[in-house]
Amino acid sequence: MTQTVVAERADAPRRATRPSQGGGGTGLGAAFTHGDAFTRGSAVVMGLGNLARRQYAKGAMFLVVEAGFLYLLVTRGLGQLTGLGNLGPVTKGGQHWDADGNYVNVNPTNSVARLLYGVAWVFAIVAFLLVWASAVRSAYRAQELARATGRAPSLRDDVRELGDERAHQSLLALPVVGIVVFTILPLVFMISMAFTTFDKNHPVAFQWAGLSNFATVLSPAGSAAAGVSLGLFLRVLAWTLVWAVFATFLNFFLGMGIAMLILRRGTRLKGMWRALFSMSIAVPQFVSLLVINQMLQDQGIVNQLLKNWGLIDHSLPFFTDAWWARGTVIIVNLWIGIPFTIMQITGVLQNVPGELYEAARLDGANWWQLYRSVTLPYVFFVLTPYLIVTFTANINNFNVIYLLSNGAPTRVGESAGQTDLLITWLYKLTVDQGNYNVGAVIGIMTFVVLGVTALITYRNSGSYKNEEELQ
Amino acid sequence: MTAIPQATPQASAILPDAPAGASPASAPVTGGERRRRFVADTATHVFLGVLALAWLIPIVWIFMESFNKNTLPFTTTFFPTEYTFGNYTKLFTDTSVMNFPRMFMRTLVIAVFVCAIQLIFVLCVGYVMSRLRFRTRRPFMNTALVLGMFPGIMAVIAIYFILKAMGLTGSSLGTMVGLILVYSAGSGAGFYVMKGFMDTIPASMDEAAVLDGCTRWQVFTKIILPITKPMLVYQAIIGFLTPWLDFVLVKVIARTQDNYTVSLGLWQMLQKEYIAEWYTRFAAGAVLVSIPIAILFIVMQRFYQSSMTGSVKG
Repeated sequence: MTQTVVAERADAPRRATRPSQGGGGTGLGAAFTHGDAFTRGSAVVMGLGNLARRQYAKGAMFLVVEAGFLYLLVTRGLGQLTGLGNLGPVTKGGQHWDADGNYVNVNPTNSVARLLYGVAWVFAIVAFLLVWASAVRSAYRAQELARATGRAPSLRDDVRELGDERAHQSLLALPVVGIVVFTILPLVFMISMAFTTFDKNHPVAFQWAGLSNFATVLSPAGSAAAGVSLGLFLRVLAWTLVWAVFATFLNFFLGMGIAMLILRRGTRLKGMWRALFSMSIAVPQFVSLLVINQMLQDQGIVNQLLKNWGLIDHSLPFFTDAWWARGTVIIVNLWIGIPFTIMQITGVLQNVPGELYEAARLDGANWWQLYRSVTLPYVFFVLTPYLIVTFTANINNFNVIYLLSNGAPTRVGESAGQTDLLITWLYKLTVDQGNYNVGAVIGIMTFVVLGVTALITYRNSGSYKNEEELQ
Repeated sequence: MTAIPQATPQASAILPDAPAGASPASAPVTGGERRRRFVADTATHVFLGVLALAWLIPIVWIFMESFNKNTLPFTTTFFPTEYTFGNYTKLFTDTSVMNFPRMFMRTLVIAVFVCAIQLIFVLCVGYVMSRLRFRTRRPFMNTALVLGMFPGIMAVIAIYFILKAMGLTGSSLGTMVGLILVYSAGSGAGFYVMKGFMDTIPASMDEAAVLDGCTRWQVFTKIILPITKPMLVYQAIIGFLTPWLDFVLVKVIARTQDNYTVSLGLWQMLQKEYIAEWYTRFAAGAVLVSIPIAILFIVMQRFYQSSMTGSVKG
């Protein structure tokens, strides 16, 4: 109910200003159909309309932005944009005598820089187009307001508006720039690498390669040089999903079991047990993972002690046998994950309405039936969003795999180990092996799978649909 | 491990505390019932004890190793045979091979900046998404959701090239600025928890403020911010901890040892070239880093839980 109030409040200023704008709206289309010469001229000389309505500061700002952008575009941008067409014209560096008899040093083209500058200019052009559109709209708005009220809003009015009706623009400006430059630009840049020959054989100068990298990763034969093939991709994908299912649900159910054991009536010192189990959360994950990795080495303390006690003759192959390694990472991940589950679930279990249990018990339900029909449905209802988040986080659980097993064991000639996830494989392909193009293909695959499934599950989850019910 | 049924063979044993008081189970119990309950209680405590031990062993072990006089990583006994405090002093005095104090200071400076920037960004975006309604709100939230699922690792190499093009990878100061940017610039997308908290502040509070002539900026700074204090502490600690816990991004971006942060330095100590000499110093460093982080973590939990009980009491 309060929600409608919020909506009205947000709409109020807009409704108040709309009639004074002559009913033409504030869109670009309206600006061109109803705008006068100055307004239309703003599409060519940005800020013209504002200057004509005596909004000098605003007009000058638009003009400076346009001039600066055009200057940079002509002096640098055009060259760097056309550089996108041919990423690596000079493939080999060296020294030679040129036609005039001078001894010259030729460097191979820095294709990474070319690609990056090209992509960055595409971003810059999109950003400029947004400024351009706002300049035209602003000119039209100034025209309409000048006609209706005799004068266009002054600079002070605009600043006040940015603090009030358009507070979202001023508050979001910096965070959005940060996200665009350090999250979206790298992703686009990374994606564009998938269509090039940027690998360990072409570390400096490379060329566009179309879809051939996708063909390499998805062909049964694959590429021996990069150590990728369809079979390997499917194996890593399957293990990633198996891992995510185990890491999410095993943690969830065992954590719930321990939480219930601590909560059960006869258990003493409940606070102490909870504290003991949450100590591992407070230790930084990379520290505990590195320590456990050391403990489980062939010569590590676990194998040494077992040998000392005469329980085994040979070291247990924690990270040297594929199935042992898979079991090890899943079990160690329980050590990491169960405390988080206990923390999450204890409160939820305590909130299960007592009368539900009572009613069920009066009907003669045993403990299993109580658990199945009362506890589980309630816990799932509350914790489904948490499970979805955990599942996607586990698909990308870089730390546990990289620090614990580092993908080991790895077969000769394969770029991914038996416990590598898509994300650690991608990391190895790019950072360790320098096969950026194939790594980028794997990244895109992960991107597509994750993005689609997550968006679908989120949109169908209650917390997304009922967001507004909270207020 | 099918622990649940084994350890709790009884019908009533598995039930939580709350409903038990009013249940028929509180009726007088027979001797057989009492014996069975005693067995179940004992089994539960033994089981929890064994599990707790498994949870503590790695932590105890690394703590003991940090006092081990024998610097070799592979020992044959669980507890050290000879104890020394030298690992801690050497970590800070012997800076010729690895400069731990320098790494520590660098991480601290980065952490302070990241904390401040993240806090500002998350607060701004959280407020806007919770309180203001505008055309691009839903698209923005969906984009942030999708972006949130792609960890920095995915494009880490692209981020490195971007920093390089900005000239932020060579010098020691440049790397520091680069790391601060990498840790904080995209943090605006992580506004969901903050927004969730602000959603619990009744809309009537800002309506009253607007009627009194507050602009939306003033509502933000004068009404919402003060109420958000518990969440502010939570967010500040998260931001502060980011550079202490990350080692993936810094591993790609800080290429020389002069530019390392603590986590990368500790990781480096366990590499083949160093481990024989540095293993116990790694343990000492791990203990030193873990203690403040653990304290901050416990404080953070406290504030998080108190903020989950709602923003405005009564």
